[in-house]
Amino acid sequence: MKNTYFSRRLQSSAVLAIVTILVSSGVYASSVTMEKIKSTGAVTMGVRESSIPMSYTTGDSRFDGYHVEICRMILGDIKDKLGMSTLRINYQPVTSQNRVPLVQNGTVDIECGTTTNNAARAKDVGFANTLYVEEVRIAVKANSGITSIGQLAGKKVATTTGTTSVQLLRKHEKANGVNFDEVFGKDHADSFLLLESGRADAFVMDGSILAGNIANSKNPKDFKIVGEVLSTEPIAIMVPKNDPEFKAAVNAAIAKIVAKGKMPGLWNRWFLSPIPPKNIVVGLELSPATKNAWANLNDKPAEDYNKK
Amino acid sequence: MTLDLGVFCKSTLDGEVVEHCFSSIFGLGQNADPSYLDWLMKAWGWTLGVAGLGLAIALILGAVMGTLRTLPDNGKVSSLLVRLSTAWVELFRNIPVLVQVFLWYHVIPAFVLPLKALPSYWLVSIALGFFTSARIAEQVRAGIQSLPSGQRAAATALGLTTFQTYRYVILPMALRIVIPPLTSESMNAIKNSSVAFAVSVPELTLFAMQAQEETSHGVEIYLAVTALYALSAFAVNRVMALIEKRSRIPGFIAASNDASLAH
Repeated sequence: MKNTYFSRRLQSSAVLAIVTILVSSGVYASSVTMEKIKSTGAVTMGVRESSIPMSYTTGDSRFDGYHVEICRMILGDIKDKLGMSTLRINYQPVTSQNRVPLVQNGTVDIECGTTTNNAARAKDVGFANTLYVEEVRIAVKANSGITSIGQLAGKKVATTTGTTSVQLLRKHEKANGVNFDEVFGKDHADSFLLLESGRADAFVMDGSILAGNIANSKNPKDFKIVGEVLSTEPIAIMVPKNDPEFKAAVNAAIAKIVAKGKMPGLWNRWFLSPIPPKNIVVGLELSPATKNAWANLNDKPAEDYNKK
Repeated sequence: MTLDLGVFCKSTLDGEVVEHCFSSIFGLGQNADPSYLDWLMKAWGWTLGVAGLGLAIALILGAVMGTLRTLPDNGKVSSLLVRLSTAWVELFRNIPVLVQVFLWYHVIPAFVLPLKALPSYWLVSIALGFFTSARIAEQVRAGIQSLPSGQRAAATALGLTTFQTYRYVILPMALRIVIPPLTSESMNAIKNSSVAFAVSVPELTLFAMQAQEETSHGVEIYLAVTALYALSAFAVNRVMALIEKRSRIPGFIAASNDASLAH
């Protein structure tokens, strides 16, 4: 008897607690993120460790890159909007595996890495307007003689675990009746090492990542990016879902940056000029797809890009 | 949080539900495109394969090295063997297993060129096997040294050679004593095989990382993988308990505590 009584009390108090949480979260549902930024005076930016030149570390836990610089501009704009004098930015390194959960659970307020905006992820997180359109390409050794994906049948093809390229390769195998011997690196640096050490004949990945890894290698002339564009994907800044006010503020800031004509300069700075820490040049020309995204700001998912 | 287990019946290519979700894993039906469940089963096979191969290497090498460490100090050859086996144990148990896997995959093939031709699951199995062998060697040594010294003295008095002493007197008892710690070590081999994802073996951990990214159903994927790891380790536990029971000899030390040792 006693036990039932206690468990009933426990149940009712648990229900009460859940109701309280629901109600209190409802009160601030307008923009949890903006409230948090204002009350703590700090914001957490999700960054990548080695996605040169989009988002990477320059050593001593400092982070920089094309998306990171844009995010700093956006956060500067939001700081002014909230009427704050200072805003501390905490950098939180994320990986392909944990970036979505970290944005979902609120650890990261704004992720500025290399995340593809697709319909599956859009169920869990929100995406700001696209400022960079990625083209999936093939990197090979310059002396390999490989010039297209058709020549990769039966060869060892490296790609990184936890990226959309793995599924892309699988789809390509099925559609064209070819077979790749896939090897999976645990991160991009690892996948590139597979290509460098000869364990793989090609590395299939986003063009900017390939260009960045090649630029950073011991002998950049030994590698080249070849072949057709395998897939086109919008890479976007990730924000929490169910916080439209924050997303709108981010998009307003992006519109402001684009309207001021800052994008070509940013591209030049990160993709065509020497960048820290080793003063390498990535050397990736501005693609028509990216230019188009700047002219018509939108948050369309990857599925809309690859409709034929 | 509701679980959507339907994700396992979806095709890995287009995300549509496949025709033969469960029948295909029993070989009754054939899906045009593999589903996530088919992939999960294949990944499980890789996990068991790598762990099994690693464990086989570990048991053989571990038993040999552990025995060598207890050789009596009588002559140059035996003291050399003792030193060699001690060095083996200290080398392989003092380096983290993930680092050993990278050493075998990236570093050693750069010097020993024939190893480059070896598939990565072999390299992982070797790394896992050597790492585990150091631990098993210590357990075998502990088992041998737990025997009363009179056993060895009696064997010598009977005129047995060192090899005969180990073969007929010491090892039959010592190996029975160390079955319980070997059970733990065998279960560890299953769990440690998860490091194989880092060198491109498509086993359960790699499946989990890739599939949760593609499906956005991380909770379901990780729960399924967790269940399979736990099931595999528990199966090993049961098999070892059976071996322990079957190999028991009445009156021996290992049998004195009887059933309580089996768990």
